[in-house]
Amino acid sequence: MAAMTHTETDGKQGLLPAIPAGLRAAAPVTILLVLGFLAPLLTVAAYAFATPRSFDVFRSFTLANFSAIFDPSNTVWMSFAWSLAYASATVVLLAAIAYPIAYGLNRMFGKWSGLVGVLFVFPLFVSENVRLYGWVLFFIKNGVLDGGLKWLGFSGGPEVLYTPGIILFGMIYVYLPFMLFPMSLGIAMIPRDLVDAARDLGASRFMIWREVELPLAMPGILIGMLLTFVLGAGAIAEAKILGGQSVIPIAQDIEVAFTYAQNWPLGSALALLLVAIVSGLALYVLSKLDLDRILGKR
Amino acid sequence: METHSQVRARAFVKVWTAFVLLAIYLPIICGALAGLSKGRYFGFPIRSFSTEWWDRTLASLEIQSLVQNSLLIAFIVTLISVVFAFFGALAFARYDWRGRKLFQKAILLPVFFPQPVLGLALLLWFNALGINPSWQTAVVAHLVWIVPVVTLVIAIQVYSFDPTLEEAARDLGASRWFILREVTLPILWPGIWSGALFAFLLSWGNFPLSLYTAGVDSTIPKWLYSKMVAGYSPMVPALGTMSTLSAIVVLLAGGLVITLVRRRRADA
Repeated sequence: MAAMTHTETDGKQGLLPAIPAGLRAAAPVTILLVLGFLAPLLTVAAYAFATPRSFDVFRSFTLANFSAIFDPSNTVWMSFAWSLAYASATVVLLAAIAYPIAYGLNRMFGKWSGLVGVLFVFPLFVSENVRLYGWVLFFIKNGVLDGGLKWLGFSGGPEVLYTPGIILFGMIYVYLPFMLFPMSLGIAMIPRDLVDAARDLGASRFMIWREVELPLAMPGILIGMLLTFVLGAGAIAEAKILGGQSVIPIAQDIEVAFTYAQNWPLGSALALLLVAIVSGLALYVLSKLDLDRILGKR
Repeated sequence: METHSQVRARAFVKVWTAFVLLAIYLPIICGALAGLSKGRYFGFPIRSFSTEWWDRTLASLEIQSLVQNSLLIAFIVTLISVVFAFFGALAFARYDWRGRKLFQKAILLPVFFPQPVLGLALLLWFNALGINPSWQTAVVAHLVWIVPVVTLVIAIQVYSFDPTLEEAARDLGASRWFILREVTLPILWPGIWSGALFAFLLSWGNFPLSLYTAGVDSTIPKWLYSKMVAGYSPMVPALGTMSTLSAIVVLLAGGLVITLVRRRRADA
């Protein structure tokens, strides 16, 4: 990138002459990620091959946990299917919900876009269980919707709590900012004169969108989709708080194995499979993107 | 020079945004109503309002210790993550070094990772190390995903930083420390403040990581969840609302500081 033409040369002056400044600056974060991210994942991987229902990690090697998961009589695959289906549906619906807002933030709201942006960021700072519980109070019997409709003389609200549908609703609600902001960064990458040029050449609104805007905004949109998919695949609070026990997502199976069942090796094997799916996808998409362009100068 | 369809599109985007914003804040308002209504069970329309549950929440010693835990964790996480992320952002966006592209992708991985699974993985790791989970381990867990977020926030500021300013200072004979203090830091202040704000608020509201890594120590989101699952009382929405209001106050105060920093820089 043109922004990166400056090369660090002052390494010679420091105490550690051989190490470039970039590497030195990266060191604290790198050490944190090695000790706080890589090492825990390796521990999970090690536990996944330990004897089921035991804690003798590093001392035993067995595929028993995986064969238990892939055993046809085990229904844990349904949790995987539910979680991945929910995550996919969340991605598709959120892309449609967030696009007009992201477009507005960049092109229409003008001096208000800062305020609107903050209003969309703020929910990230309220823990998801508080916000989801607000929906319970809204949808519950004699709650805001039901009680409000009765007060107005209707027969009451629909019973949507503790159904599979409300879990999807909760996920869309919680993960909206994770789609909106990368998407907004993506749309900001579209040069305006290109759109004007296409219009002057007689392109229709739809053609401009499909041929100019969408491809140029794609990196940001892809990051948003990836982020919401990953978070959706590991979601647990929505199913627990809004969904009752109507659907068990995979993260809950993992949690149960780690806590009540005290079967850490099985939980680790499940977690390892989920991580493989999620990080395989994440690494694939990230390898296609140039982060300097998305976050940097435009 | 707007055509008819452009006017319509503009109206649609505005109405849609307003509608989604309303939906975003609706449950927060429902919680505020529930915390302010009289009686143990929530019913709508509210028959009578009372501050009883607010008073009881404020008086509870148990909740005081939760608030202390949450504050302590958030403060430590903010301090450490700003320092780590400041250097991380320079490595991310400013310096040209061989591992930069790899570093940029690696730093995103904890963000692109389901938090409940990260929390459980850390629990396993702490156990393997023989460390008992407590609020200190929760700090580590928060750092693992907040440092990357703050790094990105500061990196965006770094991209708008002209490296020739540092070079000029060096050519004039300034020392490394002097350049950092007098050139680099002042330019990056707005980004650093935004990063600190993000760090504090994300830690304050974090639930999945605290749930698995705080051990016997509880934080506000963790306590709220345990009461939602079993033993609801209107103290749950009351404390939830208080926590939300504190976050609003912090956000406003932080926003004010950032505006002042920007303005002072523009004047200078």
